[in-house]
Amino acid sequence: MIRLTQVRKHYAGTATPALDDVSLEIVKGEVFGIIGRSGAGKSTLIRLLNGLERPSAGTVRVEEVAIDTLSAAELRALRRRIGMIFQNFGLLSSRTVAGNVGFPLELAGTGKAERQTKVAALLDRVGLTPLADRYPAQLSGGQRQRVGIARALATDPDVLLCDEATSALDPETTRDVLALLRDLNRELGLTVVLITHEMAVVRSICDRVAVIDAGRIVETGPVHDVFDAARHPATQRMLAGLAA
Amino acid sequence: MTGLFTNVDWPEIGRACLDTLAMLSGSLVLTILLGLPLGVLLFLTGERGLLASLFGHGVLGAVVNVLRSVPFIILLIVMIPLTMVLVGTSLGVAGAIPPLVVGAAPFYARLVESALREIDRTTIEATQAMGATTRQIVTGALIPEALPGLITGATVTAVALVSFTAMAGVVGAGGLGDLAIRFGYQRFQTDVMIVTVVLLVALVQFIQFAGDRLARRVTRR
Repeated sequence: MIRLTQVRKHYAGTATPALDDVSLEIVKGEVFGIIGRSGAGKSTLIRLLNGLERPSAGTVRVEEVAIDTLSAAELRALRRRIGMIFQNFGLLSSRTVAGNVGFPLELAGTGKAERQTKVAALLDRVGLTPLADRYPAQLSGGQRQRVGIARALATDPDVLLCDEATSALDPETTRDVLALLRDLNRELGLTVVLITHEMAVVRSICDRVAVIDAGRIVETGPVHDVFDAARHPATQRMLAGLAA
Repeated sequence: MTGLFTNVDWPEIGRACLDTLAMLSGSLVLTILLGLPLGVLLFLTGERGLLASLFGHGVLGAVVNVLRSVPFIILLIVMIPLTMVLVGTSLGVAGAIPPLVVGAAPFYARLVESALREIDRTTIEATQAMGATTRQIVTGALIPEALPGLITGATVTAVALVSFTAMAGVVGAGGLGDLAIRFGYQRFQTDVMIVTVVLLVALVQFIQFAGDRLARRVTRR
């Protein structure tokens, strides 16, 4: 589904590359976790998958199409098939819950009637129907992330990118949001890619995990294999951090 | 009334009020029409902007800074030939509007730029990730999200324009400032001075009050 080949990302004016020699394959329908400490290159990595960042070298392919060969219009069309949610939600404070969820459909030029039907169904799916006319400022963190998820699903994407999606939430809300993501993955066959610094998140919902340290992928594999028999010092440090 | 304000020609004051309001509303509308896109471009071409361009941002920024550093009274005079070309006269309300707009639009553009910088970066990134074009990001996310700040900026600009219109009186623009200078100052008619200043203060108070209310009404944070 998504394949990175020897990707490097070097920001101008920095000594070391943010990502170096990253090769990854994400399979359709799986929940794939990328775990690492802050500054390890996770945010850059996830932003390569929908073209918010361009690699300095190497290729990012989504369903065998290299992202850097796409025209601006093709890239926008691809982005509609890849939903994204964020740690800080990124909701429009000037729009209601329903207005936020319908926003990607407006951008795609979907008619009003179809938009309303779709928004109602999405709000129902994430359990926010009673809050449709509220503004984001009136919601809790968990509710805001549900709006984010409903919005990301509005254009029926195949992939959902989660950028530290639960890092701003308390443990109980985190569990609810992760359960929702897991359900969506099963119901819709949605491929989920998430980055996090929390082991618990990876353990609870990921099928496979990649450990990233200082811009390099140091270990990849099924969650149990990687965590139960951690070989790389970075993985062992993270496991030790969890136990402490 | 005759005892206190002997020199005050009330119909003349009324006409001057209308002239000031005409200069203010005409120049404010044009200032927003010009300053808003300019401010959006300053933001988009800035560091980490959607159209990031060191050169573009540098050129726009330099033009804005130069125009902002010319004292308005000088701008009024050096603009005269251009004003003649644009509106056919350098006198009256029409003649005052070009220099007012050139003086105020760069100022408003900077206020627009700083209002846009207040928007949470994630919100812009999220809109981009939805497959929005740059135009859609501007009209669908940037402007609605910054609306309270854009209104506050327009209020500040309108107040600055009130004092600019008074200065424009010096070069024959008419209005309350013109009365204050010609009668209040040059002919020592203190009562005319007081009446015009009180009216200008009332105008500024009204603008500030209306602007604050409008900004509050559109704030959803």
